[in-house]
Amino acid sequence: MATNEEIQEQFGEREYEAGFVTDIESDTLPPGLNEDVIRHISSIKQEPEWMLEWRLEAYRHWLTMSEPTWAAVDYTPTDYQSISYYSAPKPEADGPESLDEVDPKLLETYEKLGIPLREQEFLAGVTNVAVDAVFDSVSVATTFKSKLTEAGVIFCPISEAIREYPELVKQYLGSVVPQQDNFFAALNCAVFTDGSFVYVPKGVRCPMELSTYFRINALNTGQFERTLIIADEGAHVSYLEGCTAPMRDENQLHAAVVELVVLADAEVKYATVQNWYPGDENGVGGIYNFVTKRADCRGDRAKVSWTQVETGSAVTWKYPSCILQGDDSVGKFFSVAVTTNCQQADTGTKMIHIGKNTKSTIISKGISAGRAQQSYRGLVRMGKNAENARNYTQCDSLLLGDQCGAHTFPYVEVKNPTATLEHEATTSKIGDDQLFYCQQRGLSEEDAVNMIVNGFCKDVFDELPMEFAVEANRLMEISLEGSVG
Amino acid sequence: MLVIKDLHVSVDGKKILKGLSLTINAGEVHAIMGPNGAGKSTLSNVIAGRDGYTVTSGSLTYKGEDLLAMKPEERAWNGVFLAFQYPVEIPGVNNTYLLKAGVNAKRKHQGLEELDAFDFMSVVKEKAKLVELEQSFLSRSVNEGFSGGEKKRNEIFQMAVLEPDLALLDETDSGLDIDALRIVAGGVNKLRSADRAIVMITHYQRLLDYIEPDFVHVLADGEIQKTGDKTLAHKLEEKGYDWVKENL
Repeated sequence: MATNEEIQEQFGEREYEAGFVTDIESDTLPPGLNEDVIRHISSIKQEPEWMLEWRLEAYRHWLTMSEPTWAAVDYTPTDYQSISYYSAPKPEADGPESLDEVDPKLLETYEKLGIPLREQEFLAGVTNVAVDAVFDSVSVATTFKSKLTEAGVIFCPISEAIREYPELVKQYLGSVVPQQDNFFAALNCAVFTDGSFVYVPKGVRCPMELSTYFRINALNTGQFERTLIIADEGAHVSYLEGCTAPMRDENQLHAAVVELVVLADAEVKYATVQNWYPGDENGVGGIYNFVTKRADCRGDRAKVSWTQVETGSAVTWKYPSCILQGDDSVGKFFSVAVTTNCQQADTGTKMIHIGKNTKSTIISKGISAGRAQQSYRGLVRMGKNAENARNYTQCDSLLLGDQCGAHTFPYVEVKNPTATLEHEATTSKIGDDQLFYCQQRGLSEEDAVNMIVNGFCKDVFDELPMEFAVEANRLMEISLEGSVG
Repeated sequence: MLVIKDLHVSVDGKKILKGLSLTINAGEVHAIMGPNGAGKSTLSNVIAGRDGYTVTSGSLTYKGEDLLAMKPEERAWNGVFLAFQYPVEIPGVNNTYLLKAGVNAKRKHQGLEELDAFDFMSVVKEKAKLVELEQSFLSRSVNEGFSGGEKKRNEIFQMAVLEPDLALLDETDSGLDIDALRIVAGGVNKLRSADRAIVMITHYQRLLDYIEPDFVHVLADGEIQKTGDKTLAHKLEEKGYDWVKENL
């Protein structure tokens, strides 16, 4: 059976399958950040004046802020003047009208990643997902636009939404995560380049899953995507984002902002499969994943769920949160985070209960191996008007080997005496007796580890849309490949 | 089927088995009895290949091959099955899913096609009846929240599905009430066959009233002290293990 040394050693051999670089010509801005760079980005995107002003306001505020240091992660700080804030595959255009206009090399890239951009696969019944693909700073393809338009759903690159639907964008952009929210969010407001925009009108159930795939390709580029999803009253939408990047020795910054606006009786399910390059076994390279994600249940009976499977990134700083304003609104957070080698993750959620009878559920599963360090950091706040609010939190950590760490920082603030909170936490190791039991039934040690880990994550995988539960399982297997000797 | 010669085994430097020899043929049912700490569970764990048991000398030959050279899963593929004394809980892992993975790993090893979910379920439903397991049982997590009796029934159910050549039942009777014992024993009896060997490890003669052994061995001080037929078990029950020691 595997010793700790063997586990360490084997984890070092974990390979990153999405680590290739696409050789494609890019228009890239020279490194550095100042107001001119922001003006340049805004003009490339043909943005209206108000958008530029909004960005500059954010930038000016960002200059007065400093990078947060409270997270339990340790990394070389980013030199914000040494990265480029815009990179796009040539030829830069307003975005292709159809897939025929997309550079075949890009299609190939997404194919290698297993992401179908060709609509005929849909017709063949392979998939029922509309995809928006973001390559470095621009959206390269959005599929199934016409079918979505029929249903009244808007699903397009946010740069396009700023031009085509300025009223919607003006009304909601920054309304959940304001420009001055935090250091990384402010930076994102100033320099975001693309991302997805979704609007589901009143009473409409989005006819298919929506999905965005983010890919960082260019060297020394940051990716600052911005996603805004609005579910109008009684609307329903399920959304998935996936992320990959090539293997590079330099750290790359990814500072995204995702805002979800959920009106009365609407429901948004947001799932993430994050597999950014995690760096090599010695902790060289990898993505800094500093992300602000927040949902605002603005109306009564609004529902939102965040489901995340996080296997990538060198450093993760991410707390998808729910503001439960509407009475009887519901927020859920389901998370599986895997850290191996030298990866560090400080992740969790915030549940802010404001309305009456609001409910929240937090299920967090952390798996650490190698020398990785992982923290769950969560806040549950029950405001003074949150009559009968309820929260249930469960944090489980699984350790492989004896050099990794798991930490839990649960914060609770209760201002209403009728609120109920439950918190359960466990930390365990994969037991030798569990492994032996599976082996005695005929499973190899590696299959046994996979099965036990997948079982540990089951509560969360059950929340993923069917198509992606399979993907998540596979990703876990790749992450844990060779985990035992 | 299994030939054990002069087996010496240590755990954490402590000698547990001290020259144990035993031959088990297909179609036979053996009972191994003995006081606490005699090395009964050590023997079954060594045969199944559990970590932490050091074989210092002696040999284990299974179907003509060196058993000690095989990994635990290879032993399983070749037909060795251990019904655990303390079946472990594996949260979130479906009972049937684990079993299907085990069966298909074995079939793959044998060069057979893997069973699909449909075929597998029909096998499973049939076998579940042997130990009167409810359908709902099959989709629960492995041993999670099972009562002591349910865990033991689950072990025999797994044995029925995996169809081993050599089955080791490690204190399968412990912790069972009389009804559960009858069900479990009934299941084992249905699994007796001319090409299968069964080794039962137990403290009590009671089990042998339900599953009649061909041989009874008394294991004490790391060696087989005495071998006889089922009447030996009755004598033991009557006179205690000290009687064996005194008669050495």
